[in-house]
Amino acid sequence: MLLAKVVGTVVATRKDPRLVSSKLLVVRPIDPRGKAEGSHLVAVDTVQAGVGETVLIVSGSSARMAAGLKECPVDAAIVGVIDAIEMNE
Amino acid sequence: MHLARVIGDVVVTRKDENLAGIKLLVVQPLTPEREPAGRPLVAVDAVGAGVGEEVFFVRGKEASFPFHPAEPPVDAGIVGIVDHWDVER
Amino acid sequence: MQIARVIGTVVSTQKHRKFEGAKLLLVQPLNIDDTPRGVALLAVDGVGAGVHEKVLIVLEGRAAGEALGRKAAPVDAAIIGIIDSVDMAVA
Repeated sequence: MLLAKVVGTVVATRKDPRLVSSKLLVVRPIDPRGKAEGSHLVAVDTVQAGVGETVLIVSGSSARMAAGLKECPVDAAIVGVIDAIEMNE
Repeated sequence: MHLARVIGDVVVTRKDENLAGIKLLVVQPLTPEREPAGRPLVAVDAVGAGVGEEVFFVRGKEASFPFHPAEPPVDAGIVGIVDHWDVER
Repeated sequence: MQIARVIGTVVSTQKHRKFEGAKLLLVQPLNIDDTPRGVALLAVDGVGAGVHEKVLIVLEGRAAGEALGRKAAPVDAAIIGIIDSVDMAVA
């Protein structure tokens, strides 16, 4: 899973019917210290995340195991809002 | 599966209900020569690993299998703690 | 599937129960000219491979579980063959 910061929202009126009730957010992956890395991506929100929050992203076929996404054509989902990261390198 | 060192842990209160009770750790993938291999990522722990330990983790939906019959939405999971490894290139 | 070379062995006592009795090897994926390709990874051995041998690996969970002979095992890579030779058509 990846850590990411929510940086935007996506509005799409015409989309796969299985995504009609899904909230789509733009997220930017970050490293554990908060530095942005990699490209932005769009993830389905399953935990009521909001812009500015740090979240946990699951990708690939596992994204469909998130709550309510069983049959959905998605490859990235937000499955948690991060409270804290404790590092010890 | 990939070699990694556990470098941090992640606290998440608001999350997918299938993630309840599952420990989330930050892992740094390693080469066999113990050099960092790519970016750190978040993995679930299925074996009682802790910060500082060398482990191996599995990628993909298979990371959820240790939690069967629960199906947590995860794409990386620690499935073993490494005692040692030997390399002969 | 990919071609790889076995470069090492891994010992793990504390591991998921589906790995019990499984042999874990470090494999280095190879390009077709035998140069290393990417980072070495761990694979379960389904065929009795040894260090230095050139092998065929599968990098997909369900297939790796089949190679291990265990359903719903948390594995994503397995050695499924030992390569005798690779013959390429002359370009």
